[in-house]
Amino acid sequence: MSSKAKRALQLFLSFFKIGAFTFGGGYAMIPLIQREVAENKKWITDDDILEIVAIAESTPGPIAINTATFVGYRTAGFFGAACATLGVVLPSFIIILFVSYLLREFANYRAVRYAFMGIKAAVLALILKALWSMYKKCPKGIVSYIVMAAAFLLVAFLHIPVVYIIIGCAIFGIVTFLLIERRAKHDLS
Amino acid sequence: MIYLELFLTFLKIGALTFGGGYAMLPLIAEDVAAHGWMELSELIDFIAVSESTPGPFAINAATYVGAHTAGVFGSVCATAGVVLPSFTIILIVAKFIEAFRESKLVKGAMMGLKPAVIGLISAAVISIGKTVFFPHGVIAEVFSDPVFYVSLAIFAMAVVFSFVKPLKKLSPIIVILIAAGLGIGAGYALNL
Repeated sequence: MSSKAKRALQLFLSFFKIGAFTFGGGYAMIPLIQREVAENKKWITDDDILEIVAIAESTPGPIAINTATFVGYRTAGFFGAACATLGVVLPSFIIILFVSYLLREFANYRAVRYAFMGIKAAVLALILKALWSMYKKCPKGIVSYIVMAAAFLLVAFLHIPVVYIIIGCAIFGIVTFLLIERRAKHDLS
Repeated sequence: MIYLELFLTFLKIGALTFGGGYAMLPLIAEDVAAHGWMELSELIDFIAVSESTPGPFAINAATYVGAHTAGVFGSVCATAGVVLPSFTIILIVAKFIEAFRESKLVKGAMMGLKPAVIGLISAAVISIGKTVFFPHGVIAEVFSDPVFYVSLAIFAMAVVFSFVKPLKKLSPIIVILIAAGLGIGAGYALNL
């Protein structure tokens, strides 16, 4: 086996392990990736990890996929990226296929219905918790609060499709950023 | 064709969610409802499953919605769809990393997108809250239904477990298991 193919296989196995053992996805995966890929295998450095997280945050899609693709590419090119991504996806995919079968099979049992009645209420709290930690990480300021409120009101009460809100807020952010920068330059001169 | 529709819908979801995790929830909830693939109530059940199984929420959700709608091949299509935009974009970014790092467009777009995601998830929380507490709409009968009070009590328990130290350090799986146990206990005790 060529060294590149070997490297790709190792990437697949490492990311398969990472995908199989992280609960909570995304950020929960970062310490595991750091240990496996930077500390153990030394394919990339700790600085690379920080850079990858920053990039994953400002590109669309799940952080786990972004990170796997990036590490794979850095380590073994396109084929490495494909292997790492497939590795991180596969455990979820297999487990959820199995669970979806179980859910369908047992959904009508009385105890299962009761269990999900309780679980539904708890999920609401778990989403609030995730929302709170995202809010704490989000940069604050008048522009942020306006965008938050506008996105919330437009979707919750006017039922504007989410796609338009995302595109609109990205454009609004770009325009505001350029205006602020231009003013800063103006003030300097 | 259902397979193509799943692929394209999840391609759009993958291309438009920034921030990972529950950032994807508002779009998934909207699209799944618009296509009539699943009830919001079923999606909420699935969120609990996703919290208790390994892997990113996006992949779990795509696989589940795909399997629920069109079997194994459906889940392959939905998962491929949700992965492909990330994969492609990261490959491009990795090639032009310097330009990406300095890009004013990227910095500006993130300035709008980060707070937008908070607003969008808050809106999803409202519709999920309605589904949990008022499954048949906001009507007076809700307040004579024991299910409402059981849900409220379990929600209060889960809030305490999610926000109060040191309980909030516990894994969400434990909170889900306790909620399931309380649900089963209350269900049989009150014969709901």
